[in-house]
Amino acid sequence: MNATIKTLGLAAAVTLTAAPAMAQEKLKVGLLLTLSGPSAVLGQHARDGFQLAMKDLGGKLGGRDVEVIVVDDELKPDVAVTKVKGLIERDKVDFVVGPIFSNVAVATHKPIVDSKTFYISVNAGPSNLAGKSCNPYFFATSYQNDQNHEVLGKVAQDRGYKKVYLLAPNYQAGKDALAGFKRHYKGEIVEESYTPLNTLDFQSELAKIASMQPDAIFTFMPGGMGVNLVKQYRAAGLADRIPFLSAFTVDETNLPAQQDAAIGMLSGSNWAPNMDTPENKKFVAAYEAAYNTVPASYAMHSYDAALLIDAALKATGGKTDNKDAVRAAIQKAEFKSLRGDFKFGANGFPVQDFYLVKAAKRSDGKLQTEIAEKVFDNYADAYAKECAPTN
Amino acid sequence: MTATLFFVQALNGLQFGLILFLIAAGLTLVFGVMDFINLAHGVQYMVGAYLVAAFSTWTGSFGWALLLALPSALAFGLLLEALVFRHLYDRDHLDQVLATFGVILFLNQGVKFVWGAAPLSVPVPELLSGSVEIANGLLYPVYRLAIIAAGLVIAALLYVLVNHTRVGMLVRAGASNAAMVSALGVNIQRLFMVVFGFGAMLAGFAGAMVAPILSVEPGMGDNILILAFVVIVIGGIGSIRGAFLAALLIGLVDTVGRSFAPNLLRLVLDPAAASQTGRAIAPMLIYIFMAAVLFFRPSGLFPVKR
Repeated sequence: MNATIKTLGLAAAVTLTAAPAMAQEKLKVGLLLTLSGPSAVLGQHARDGFQLAMKDLGGKLGGRDVEVIVVDDELKPDVAVTKVKGLIERDKVDFVVGPIFSNVAVATHKPIVDSKTFYISVNAGPSNLAGKSCNPYFFATSYQNDQNHEVLGKVAQDRGYKKVYLLAPNYQAGKDALAGFKRHYKGEIVEESYTPLNTLDFQSELAKIASMQPDAIFTFMPGGMGVNLVKQYRAAGLADRIPFLSAFTVDETNLPAQQDAAIGMLSGSNWAPNMDTPENKKFVAAYEAAYNTVPASYAMHSYDAALLIDAALKATGGKTDNKDAVRAAIQKAEFKSLRGDFKFGANGFPVQDFYLVKAAKRSDGKLQTEIAEKVFDNYADAYAKECAPTN
Repeated sequence: MTATLFFVQALNGLQFGLILFLIAAGLTLVFGVMDFINLAHGVQYMVGAYLVAAFSTWTGSFGWALLLALPSALAFGLLLEALVFRHLYDRDHLDQVLATFGVILFLNQGVKFVWGAAPLSVPVPELLSGSVEIANGLLYPVYRLAIIAAGLVIAALLYVLVNHTRVGMLVRAGASNAAMVSALGVNIQRLFMVVFGFGAMLAGFAGAMVAPILSVEPGMGDNILILAFVVIVIGGIGSIRGAFLAALLIGLVDTVGRSFAPNLLRLVLDPAAASQTGRAIAPMLIYIFMAAVLFFRPSGLFPVKR
């Protein structure tokens, strides 16, 4: 599924007005995202966010015309590696933007950074890439994976919940999520329940929760699992009695399906669509007009990734051959992020604020997450100190 | 508390088992009567769910949506039969597996093309949206009780249909010896079509019933298909009675096992090890159960006599 998208607005305007003599080679950006399978909607948000940014930037990054090449990693690391090799060797891209999933990020990391191509993650932030295996060619406009979970652990601790029930799918990211939660939560964990990946019926876990009566539950159930869990949690009458804390479960990719069942549920994030900056308001309105859905954080991260590349190339005068100059310009991150404060730590991961967000219904009937309180200020990830500055 | 919890988990197991039965019933008939491996049976479950989602947005009522979805699922099953499956009956199993696997890929992509990749939701019908308090603080959704009731009614209807009607007799005869039935002057082609369409409709009905409690998404039929195969293998291929019993057993073993395996292990192991082993063993339980059944009854609980 190789789609080459000629960026908008370059056709007529440029050829008629600009002198052909100064024609610079096109900048090539590869978008590596999951665009098929049950999780495709996450990749769609990221793709649409990037393309919206391209439109807002007039089809140019750092003054250069851009060719965006979108590839689907199918959420299969082996497929992703093959496609990445195509991007690097055949298309000779200058930047790879993506992916959504950490297993894809880990598998494609080496081929991309070994070829000295800049890799900008718009979601995946596995701990090893933030820590021991950090690399000067890898940046993330998102977060380190643990951080959203840490928000909820901190909230549970601060609110004085004594007994918490943990629920996650039985795979690496599920275990990481619970580990992230436990970093700041020191109370009793009455049960750590792992369900098989892609479980859609949680009735037996819900019966257990109802009988154990914890002070709160924390869960990480991305995609369809989250839709089901939330609806069933509400139907079982638990939502009003036991607070539901989650990450990547109640977000704009799932809310259209969760509907009213999710209202009031708490989540952790570095951004929410109602964030009150002029840039963000414009972004959310434009995104909704173009794609008829409220953007999720994936869209914001990849919009920011386009702004980041644009700002970096403006600083280097559009040149990409001096890698060190490009890197220094990226590291400075001189762009106005949609989430407000943003800077890179030494490991290429953001140092940013994190919020407790709450699902709510807007006056037009659409659902979105809204900021409830700030939990962490200028927060760096826990692995940054393992990143040796020399490599 | 443990007794009530056990009761609730048994109800959950029953409900899950009945959904499995609705899917497995069609699968076992198609496999048993026509000797046809239909991997695309799970997709028909997904199509049923999508149809009810589409019709309920259109009509605004789950009841109407269900009424419209059933004949549509039937029509869709017949269409697939006429377009694809009919040409595969005389081929060997490998061809059937390949072709029906292709249908899975095609339809999973197809629903995404039509409805998008994001999961859809179907509201629980107003009438059945409450929950009953079974014990202190243990609520059980009415809709799930409705699924149990619907599943039992369908099972009873199927029993009457298969054991006490002429079509049922032909189906049973076809399961034992299709060539002989054909030699006796029965239009076996048409019988196949009826069985196939009916199986597709049952799977579609299962999909429609779970749509309000699960999310409707591409690929939702793929996991349940594996369980449906486990059910028909345990029950004995071609046997509705076997499928019913096996589906309930699988539902109970899976649900109760997932919930209580760690607790039981805690009696012999220390808590940390128990929860570690428990969560490793729980998903395996149904397969261990299948292995055990096949060890003692290699052709399933109720083998069809040949």
